[in-house]
Amino acid sequence: MTYALWIIITGCLVGVTCGVTGSLLVLRKMSMIADAISHTVLLGIVGAFFVSQSLNGIPMLIGAGIVGILTAFFVESLHASGVQSDAAIGVVFTSLFALGVVLISFIGDQVHLDTKHALMGEIAFVPWDTLQVNGVSYGPIAVWMLGSVLILNILLIWLFYKEIKISTFDPQYAKIIGVPIVFVHYLLMTMVSLSTVASFDSVGAILVVAMLIVPGATAYLLTDRFFTLLLISALIGILSAISGYGIAYVWNVSIAGAMASAAGVFFLLAIFLSPKHGYIIRKVRNSRYS
Amino acid sequence: MHALSVNNLAVTYDKQPVLENVSFAVPEGSLTGIIGPNGAGKSTLIKSILHLLPTLSGNVTVFDEPYKQQKKLIGYVPQRSEVDWDFPTDALDVVLMGRYSHIGWFKRANRKEIEWAKTCLDKVGMADYANRQISQLSGGQQQRVFLARALAQDAKVYFMDEPFSGVDAATEKAIIKLMKEWKQEGKTVLVVHHDLQTVEDYFDHVLLLNKTPIEYGETQKVFTLDNLERAYGGKIAFLQRGTAVTQEVK
Amino acid sequence: MSAFLDIFSGANVQWVLIGSLLLGFASGVIGSFVLLKKQSLISDAMAHAALPGVCIMYIIFEIKSVPLFLVGATITSLIATHSIQAIIKHSRVKSDAAIGIIISVFFGFGIVLLTYIQQNSSGNQAGLDSFIFGQAASLVRSDVELITIGAFILVIITALFFKEFKLTTFDPQFAQGIGLPVSFLNGLLLALVVGVVVIGIQMVGVVLIAALLITPPLAARYWTENLGVMAILGGIFGALSGASGAILSTVMENLPTGPMMVLSASTIFFLSLLFGSKKGIALKAVRQV
Repeated sequence: MTYALWIIITGCLVGVTCGVTGSLLVLRKMSMIADAISHTVLLGIVGAFFVSQSLNGIPMLIGAGIVGILTAFFVESLHASGVQSDAAIGVVFTSLFALGVVLISFIGDQVHLDTKHALMGEIAFVPWDTLQVNGVSYGPIAVWMLGSVLILNILLIWLFYKEIKISTFDPQYAKIIGVPIVFVHYLLMTMVSLSTVASFDSVGAILVVAMLIVPGATAYLLTDRFFTLLLISALIGILSAISGYGIAYVWNVSIAGAMASAAGVFFLLAIFLSPKHGYIIRKVRNSRYS
Repeated sequence: MHALSVNNLAVTYDKQPVLENVSFAVPEGSLTGIIGPNGAGKSTLIKSILHLLPTLSGNVTVFDEPYKQQKKLIGYVPQRSEVDWDFPTDALDVVLMGRYSHIGWFKRANRKEIEWAKTCLDKVGMADYANRQISQLSGGQQQRVFLARALAQDAKVYFMDEPFSGVDAATEKAIIKLMKEWKQEGKTVLVVHHDLQTVEDYFDHVLLLNKTPIEYGETQKVFTLDNLERAYGGKIAFLQRGTAVTQEVK
Repeated sequence: MSAFLDIFSGANVQWVLIGSLLLGFASGVIGSFVLLKKQSLISDAMAHAALPGVCIMYIIFEIKSVPLFLVGATITSLIATHSIQAIIKHSRVKSDAAIGIIISVFFGFGIVLLTYIQQNSSGNQAGLDSFIFGQAASLVRSDVELITIGAFILVIITALFFKEFKLTTFDPQFAQGIGLPVSFLNGLLLALVVGVVVIGIQMVGVVLIAALLITPPLAARYWTENLGVMAILGGIFGALSGASGAILSTVMENLPTGPMMVLSASTIFFLSLLFGSKKGIALKAVRQV
């Protein structure tokens, strides 16, 4: 029982942490940057392993943070030099991700880090990898890491709420009235990188994209209020995690994949049934006017 | 002392000059219309003054101090199409954004700020729409929300980018009323403007622009057929339908 | 050194080499049009969406048959592109989020199916795992022949419609005006992208195949402004990346093929970025001096 509970708690934390942070990127029309960063943090994790020779949480967070910011920086530099933005994103993330995958093959069997793990995560093993202090177990490390990143993210959003909102809605105006838009941009990039690396162990580098983008996009269909959007994103993240776990349990399939699929189902429901912006209500409204 | 002075500004895009040799100085308390043919660089000019676009050369001073030190004195009304109106927020919240520099880091807008924002909405005739989602507002109403936001800034020098384009009569009236108020309060306003017919009614100063300033000064001195022909390259008859100016050309 | 040469004398390796050369060439040429149509990330979504298609075919027919996988991957890839377009057209969700949603959800569903197969198929593991990152070593003779023939056909089709693609990419309205079937040509280009994805899936894998469509043409842009030259050059860069990736991953046994091809392409891109004769950084620096 506690085993399943820990997995569900981990999944929910992934859902909330990624859902809230990712929704901000959806609003900024930067979903594909989230996609890129979630791939490239793999390089940060492998790099951190080569430097520290361990899969310890702190070096991993630092490595991922650095590579995440570098990803955003490379994409912007290429874009500024005249490369169209979609191609800039494509080139940067595939290069860094490929490098990460190739470097993993040099690590060999010494540690539990392989390409399959990188893609799908190992949420099923999370409950056994616990935080030990003086021989006493304090629960899974993943939960501690996700919890800390979640608290940090919430704190940062709370502190810079105005700045994030203004620079997202109208970046040019924000610049004129003195909002530090570059700072806000890299703040968000850091938050995405940290969320990704904290979730990496559980859901893998690629499926974390689903948790970053889908809850935010679903919430965007359901509300017209900024704060409510953050709340709904978190809620959809949790619902995806729980129902994903249920699906995975029944059919004995990948938990991370099932969570992504569940998130997709919620998005599909919202796109048709949303009382505000759903396809059906739009059709009804249009036929009433014509 | 000049409210705004632009010295030797030049902007290029893809190595093509968009603006060159732009120098002019705007007296405090004036209402300037920036006019010129399509592609003359009107919007580019105010965006580069506001440091939103990189410039090749030149500098901008506001009340004789460098622009960057005077940011708090600058108000801006962008074109409506520059933002995504699907953004999840309401009208009052957008207006409160104008109070940003008055609120400060880590703080939320207090009741006084909210009251201020509501007064600004009221001044543009939008008091009833404070809690309306911005995606549900009409084009003119969205423009008035932007006006209220600029008003809330309580700036000294205002820039507006084609505020009259595609708006209803109520919004047009609100803009004119606001410009007159600002002028009475001694504020300086620069407006990118399209409609030659209304230039003489709205503005006391005119900047005629075509990649470089053709002429700048008081409307009655600058807004002459001769100068217009220089700015528009003699094609003036095709630009506006049935205005006083075009009839003179004919 | 002789061991190194030995590797290339093997018949299978020669086939792999030819296959990867042709695959790289085809993707470089087709990718040039994809790039100019600004559909690079859509091609990434199509690649990811191929995974569930392949898995569904395996679940239904319980055999590893590349032609069947082709059919499945084509169906799901096309569903993916149409879903992206439908989301953008019929909801307020913007294109970047729509692409991201389709990539991650389709791929997530593919992973679900993959694990389902692993749990339930008796014995025959099918090596579907290698579809994620590609593994040239796992290819058998018939696979490689299929890749080679498939890539060859893709190149021929692209060559036949080269003029038309050029026109529709450059100026779709003009193309429509002179009576070209623009929507047919757009559909054909999508089909060619699916073709690259599907024949490349075993060698490069779904996760990184889009890089072969994006990176070589982008590198080519640093050497020419001419679309025709760019497509050929993109093809040559693609062929170089494909072949060197295949060789490197064969010589150094543990290295995955797909990522090595992508890294080769990235290296070519980086060199072009620095030294390209049109927009290269070195050239700009020289000009400024």
